Amino acid sequence: MPDFETHRHDVLVIGAGGAGLRAAIEASAAGVSVGLVCKSLLGKAHTVMAEGGIAAALANVDERDNWRVHFADTMRGGQYVNNWRMAELHAEEAPARVRELEAWGAVFDRTPDGRILQRNFGGHKYPRLAHVGDRTGLEMIRTLQDRGVHLGIDVHMECTVTTLLQDEGRVVGAFGFDRARGRFKVFEARAVVLATGGIGRAYKITSNSWEYTGDGHALAYQAGADLMDMEFVQFHPTGMIWPPSVQGILVTEGVRGEGGILLNKAGRRFMFDDIPQPYRNQTADNEEEGWRYTQGDRSARRPPELLTRDHVSRCIVREIKEGRGSPHGGVYLDISWIKKRLPAAEEHIKRKLPSMYHQFKQLADIDITKEPMEVGPTTHYIMGGVRVDAETQMSTVPGLFAAGECAAGINGANRLGGNSLSDLLVFGQRAGQHAARFAREGGQGRIDPQQVDGAARQAVEPFERRGDEADGPYRVQHDLQEMMQDLVGIVRNESEMRRALEGLQGLWERARRVGVHGNREYNPGWHTALDLPNLLTASEAVTRSALERKESRGAHFREDFPDKDPAFAKFNIVVRRGPRGEMRVDRAPIPEMPAELRQVIEEMK
Amino acid sequence: MTSKATFRIRRGDAQGGRFQDYTTEVAEGMVVLDAVHRIQAEHAPDLAVRWNCKAGKCGSCSAEVNGLPRLMCMTRLSEVPLDKPVVLEPVKAFPLVKDLVTDVSWNYAVKKRIKPFKPRPPDAPDGTWRMAQSDVDRVQEFRKCIECFLCQDVCHVLRDHHLHDGFIGPRFLVHVAALEMHPLDVEDRLEELRGAHGIGYCNITKCCTKVCPEGITITDNAIIPLKERVVDRFYDPVLRLFRVLRAGG
Repeated sequence: MPDFETHRHDVLVIGAGGAGLRAAIEASAAGVSVGLVCKSLLGKAHTVMAEGGIAAALANVDERDNWRVHFADTMRGGQYVNNWRMAELHAEEAPARVRELEAWGAVFDRTPDGRILQRNFGGHKYPRLAHVGDRTGLEMIRTLQDRGVHLGIDVHMECTVTTLLQDEGRVVGAFGFDRARGRFKVFEARAVVLATGGIGRAYKITSNSWEYTGDGHALAYQAGADLMDMEFVQFHPTGMIWPPSVQGILVTEGVRGEGGILLNKAGRRFMFDDIPQPYRNQTADNEEEGWRYTQGDRSARRPPELLTRDHVSRCIVREIKEGRGSPHGGVYLDISWIKKRLPAAEEHIKRKLPSMYHQFKQLADIDITKEPMEVGPTTHYIMGGVRVDAETQMSTVPGLFAAGECAAGINGANRLGGNSLSDLLVFGQRAGQHAARFAREGGQGRIDPQQVDGAARQAVEPFERRGDEADGPYRVQHDLQEMMQDLVGIVRNESEMRRALEGLQGLWERARRVGVHGNREYNPGWHTALDLPNLLTASEAVTRSALERKESRGAHFREDFPDKDPAFAKFNIVVRRGPRGEMRVDRAPIPEMPAELRQVIEEMK
Repeated sequence: MTSKATFRIRRGDAQGGRFQDYTTEVAEGMVVLDAVHRIQAEHAPDLAVRWNCKAGKCGSCSAEVNGLPRLMCMTRLSEVPLDKPVVLEPVKAFPLVKDLVTDVSWNYAVKKRIKPFKPRPPDAPDGTWRMAQSDVDRVQEFRKCIECFLCQDVCHVLRDHHLHDGFIGPRFLVHVAALEMHPLDVEDRLEELRGAHGIGYCNITKCCTKVCPEGITITDNAIIPLKERVVDRFYDPVLRLFRVLRAGG
């Protein structure tokens, strides 16, 4: 029997970004004991990187806004393959979740009459994003963190979960290790909430940190849960591209919300060249109108830079491919031009976009108040994830819940900016509430010592392998990232993705062979080796789902099937583990939308 | 354009360790953290380092670069001389775990001891509040803190005198300031500030302000106003006399 510490919690939350923290707070408030596992230190999760704001129809800036408009915007942005019930709950509950943050101490920017200020963002009809300059995620995570630590939640910092423990199918705990000492931990829990974020590390150019290796996706998959919509990976249109070491770092959509424009090397505002049909009625047809929109003119329509992220990314790729890109292979994003329109524009930019100013000044020697930025698409977010029940966030495996980026449904084929932070709050809260209820109603499950044994053996295996001297975990990860970027990126086709599947097989074999050096104390080589199976599982799910969806929709674009196909609007693609460990792909019909929601969508067209 | 540079990195744990030199290729625009990652991938896969966002937003990669407390992700190689080895060490105010990683858990324990936010009753029937932007500007400065703990690292009360039991350090004085100056907060933390939080230990050398990567004016805007509040409450001779008389009458 391996040596391990045991921790017992009613609810175990894995992941401590916005969704995990919100779930932990809710479960704790419901009176059950809660353990919260963070892969990093508390407060460092990717939520901290969210810049633009939290989408909620508070109607503080434009009283025409309400949950119906937000719902319709979310469905349109997701190209109607969203889980409509989740989109409805999200739109209805987001305002209360934002007000709750204020009651817990968050300090949002204010309107002139002292309420929470809201800004424009892509795909949102009205100014809807509650924000704090361009550091909204930091405000949110700190507020939740400070709230959580005073509720008596047990926080396990720098701890990685490698396996879920099950009792006749039901999830009853988890096995992991602490990074500092490498000691094993067994968590006994009556319910487990996954809130592990995304899979961005499967790609070379990404805004995601080392943590985002699809852990929750892989844990759920291994436990027998369904993953859904995995073909929908969001490439954010504006990541930094120069110098090379900062490639992929996010440039907030808030830049465009504040009036920033996209230009090709000829200085042409190319976003006016292609406006998709569903957005034509809502998009400005000249520069003057677009500018008026960003300055709050309610009779104006939004500039094309604020179309949805999938579309803006593809337009940028088109400009680059057709030879109209900037010197380092991107396009220009210019906010400095607003000085032609606004007095004291420099101060305005620094106040509205302080961390962007800082980031470019320090990392790229660019003063964004004076010159344009060079930007290009970066892997940012996955719409797909664990398939969950809309009301409870429970997966298809009893006792296993999921919320936030690692859960699927709310975003459909493309997520609108700002809907992520609100998703974390709305469904984090629901997951916490229902996990607590499940924990109270269900008894303690039985931990199977054999499963613990197996998990421990698997965890130390990389030390026992001699490995190939020329290969190593970092190299395998790097090769995977290159391959996914090249073959399953923004523009996809059948033959490249078939090659990716073959490539994945080879990478699986290498991952099973890699050895690591040193001991178990804070050993990043070991951690990287253990992340590989998760990354490979997620990458395979993305590739197989993308092969199955033979059309282009939202973030999923296939040059061999460039159009939307109404037949594919009728189902989501699901993957699950087959009886022999093979990955199975299935189609899950989308339930019919109730007439009143259909009507909402019609009215907003 | 690429060239080679040498990094002298402190390896080892609390039991002991030594500096080890690693030479790696460096290119335009690289930051110190990029070089550390390259060394990890090429020479030392078990080199321990904390990082997350790589954009100065999460405050994980704090270390001492040529003796100066910095975020490694925001320190350009063009800012440090590369004709001699670049010395990388862990921060000094906290116990070493391994290589560049220290045990910062004390900070999390300190925060738990600070009385949480307590708002006044809502201003509007719908349960919301009204605050002017000019009234929140001040606390928004404090709330920019990314908890990198570099200010704690340079504070001599913690770094040299190890008074971790009697002093919460600049980071948490900023946290208390953010709460005390929050327009909605009605909690009173002055007694603890004077006592358990040990604000009196700070003698305003402003080292913390100098290293803050977020540019928070820690000493002038947070600590000094808190000190003034404590003095007004507990040490103002006129008020003291007034209180004595009132208690007596």
